[in-house]
Amino acid sequence: MSAITQSQFNANLKKYYSFYTGGFILFVIGLAILEYLGASNRTLGYLFLLATIGLYAGIGIMSRTADVAEYYVAGRRVPAFFNGMATGADWMSAASFIGMAGTLYAAGYDGLAFIMGWTGGYCLVALFLAPYLRKFGQFTIPDFLGARYGGNIPRTIGVIAAIICSFTYVVAQIYGVGLITSRFTGLEFGVGVFVGLAGILVCSFLGGMRAVTWTQVAQYIILIVAYMIPPVWLAAKQTGVPVPQIVYGYQLQKVSEREKQLNADPKEQEVRAIFKGRADAANAGLKNPEAAYADGKAAAEKRVADLKAASAPEADIKKAEAALATYKDVDTAKAQWAKDKGLAARAAPVRAHSEAFPGKDEKARDTARLNFLALVFCLMVGTAALPHILMRYYTTPSVKEARVSVFWSLFFIFLLYFTAPALAVLVKYEVYHNVVGTSFASLPGWVAAWAKVDPTLMSVTDVNGDGIVQLAEIVIGTDLVVLATPEIAGLPYVISGLVAAGGLAAALSTADGLLLTIANALSHDVYYKMIDPNASTKRRISIAKTLLLVVALTAAWVTSLKPGDILFLVGAAFSLAASGFFPALVCGVFWKRANKAGAILGMLAGLGVCMFYMYTRYPFFGVNDPLWYGINPISAGIFGIPAGFLGMIVGTLLTPAPESSIQELVDHVRYPNLEGDIDTRAA
Amino acid sequence: MQLTQKHQEYWQRNLRVTAILLTIWFVTTFVIGYFARDLDGINILGFPLPFYMGAQGSLVIYVLIIWYYARYMNKLDVEYGVHEGEED
Repeated sequence: MSAITQSQFNANLKKYYSFYTGGFILFVIGLAILEYLGASNRTLGYLFLLATIGLYAGIGIMSRTADVAEYYVAGRRVPAFFNGMATGADWMSAASFIGMAGTLYAAGYDGLAFIMGWTGGYCLVALFLAPYLRKFGQFTIPDFLGARYGGNIPRTIGVIAAIICSFTYVVAQIYGVGLITSRFTGLEFGVGVFVGLAGILVCSFLGGMRAVTWTQVAQYIILIVAYMIPPVWLAAKQTGVPVPQIVYGYQLQKVSEREKQLNADPKEQEVRAIFKGRADAANAGLKNPEAAYADGKAAAEKRVADLKAASAPEADIKKAEAALATYKDVDTAKAQWAKDKGLAARAAPVRAHSEAFPGKDEKARDTARLNFLALVFCLMVGTAALPHILMRYYTTPSVKEARVSVFWSLFFIFLLYFTAPALAVLVKYEVYHNVVGTSFASLPGWVAAWAKVDPTLMSVTDVNGDGIVQLAEIVIGTDLVVLATPEIAGLPYVISGLVAAGGLAAALSTADGLLLTIANALSHDVYYKMIDPNASTKRRISIAKTLLLVVALTAAWVTSLKPGDILFLVGAAFSLAASGFFPALVCGVFWKRANKAGAILGMLAGLGVCMFYMYTRYPFFGVNDPLWYGINPISAGIFGIPAGFLGMIVGTLLTPAPESSIQELVDHVRYPNLEGDIDTRAA
Repeated sequence: MQLTQKHQEYWQRNLRVTAILLTIWFVTTFVIGYFARDLDGINILGFPLPFYMGAQGSLVIYVLIIWYYARYMNKLDVEYGVHEGEED
């Protein structure tokens, strides 16, 4: 490989990936023909799963390597354009691909915090970090902390912080892999997890960063094609213009008008009143369980008896008996009330999709605004501090390419994030106009189909018994929006399979990058830099591979326990990374005076404040102290980041300036090329 | 190794462009975000302005910020003679 020049290498890459994209499109067309000839959905699901995982494994095998620089940083010859695609796939997780549009559907304007946060963070990557890290040119993010601040303590804190944020994140990805595999092939969740894991491992285990990079490029192509087709089709169906990003403004206006109509509709109000009644009854029951239980049971028994006496229709009697069955004992009744309490949310009027920071009074609106801005800030700074993303900028051939590469990264990410809000509005338009107001006897096909598959994703119940669907009677799970769009748009099943393959690509590519980050932090930073600096190349690679296997199996094991509760920590990973890494990394480049004591104090203060706030405020941990300024725990970084900077400044100013070799290192990273410069490139 | 006057100037210009772009980033994100409710009446392509900025406008600006920075710095490298040689 070393015989060919970088430009030949680039030309070859373009050729390979053009062939690949063409091949993939032919494959999808082939499957569409199979579907036309009568292949079952399950068969198509299996074919998609096997073909894509096989493809990733194939790239992994072709890119296998035993060279240290190839294994850790893909030989530093990934061109800006391709590194951009790889970063895009690395960045966009199962949550972005499947969950994002659903979040926007549910939260309207407030959901845009994720759209802005997860794109605007790249400005910080470009301006503060990517070119400087590339010039520094080693293997991991803790490497930079170790070299810049000296000694093992900053490096160790860096390793720990990298592992904490990457591990929670990787569990969520493997969870996504299990979910998609089991939904589209009918395999069990646990089996799905390990099938997916096999796909991840063949690739990263054999070829490290090199294999992961080239697979991620392939995965990006699949995921972006899969994401774009359904909204384009849906936009064409609804408006006749196949550019969802442009036409959805007009659809949004129609949705807003419909919201007003629905809020004034007496039937909607009736359904909401029923939910409000149930929620109120539940609250009363929870206040005085014993008495409410006795009263409720007596009333339910009486109703069954009355109906039987009046020989009412069978269905009504069954309903009354079911109601009676909830009064098994006081505890069962309490559990039911605790659930019913949540119905209060369904009793609320429809919130306007485009309204910013809705709230009942000025104070509630201000708190909503504060939380929105805080979340955007934490997601942005967190983006610029997540090690698996920063690591990607070590792989470009030069500082110049690193800068351009951040542009391509955001461009490729932008394509998807630009489309997600459009998709949310188009689906909302469909639900508000073509589902609400139809009769239960003639529901659109996709509604009935999804309600049958998974009631947590889609359920409609005739609460007020008028035989017509009201908006308040519909419950939609966030994942439904992306998963059901192909059917809503009337596309063949093969496109649903393609969307699943896209989701799988998103989850696998992110998992790949994260696993590699964790394993490299352990093998490179802990083992090679701290335990055995004389280890041979061969030994370093084999340690790295063994650790990758161990980390992957641990993550899969944790995932197979289905820890639904830890998924909420994913958002927390951003605040943690932002508070722990960002001040130390940025000061490392922009403040020559910053020294070891400052870095240690800053990282510990940032992480400490952030973790303290999360621990004492997340309901999961059960402490539930009052919030500071009403800031939700997911945005704990809003306190952690200033604490990190403060610690950095105080620690630095109380201790002497760093020695001249460190100051030279700073100059070294600031200038792409200096005469008589030192060399920090890793061997 | 001693930095020359020219090197210092390069770094100053880098800091200046960084600060300007960061200000644009800040205004786009946080100032417009802060006044979202007040800007609600303005319409663009059928969208209320704040929604448009959150969903599309700010994203386009982010992409442009990064594009401009890469272009500006890559030129500045050459102008001040700190650019990298062709590798490989």
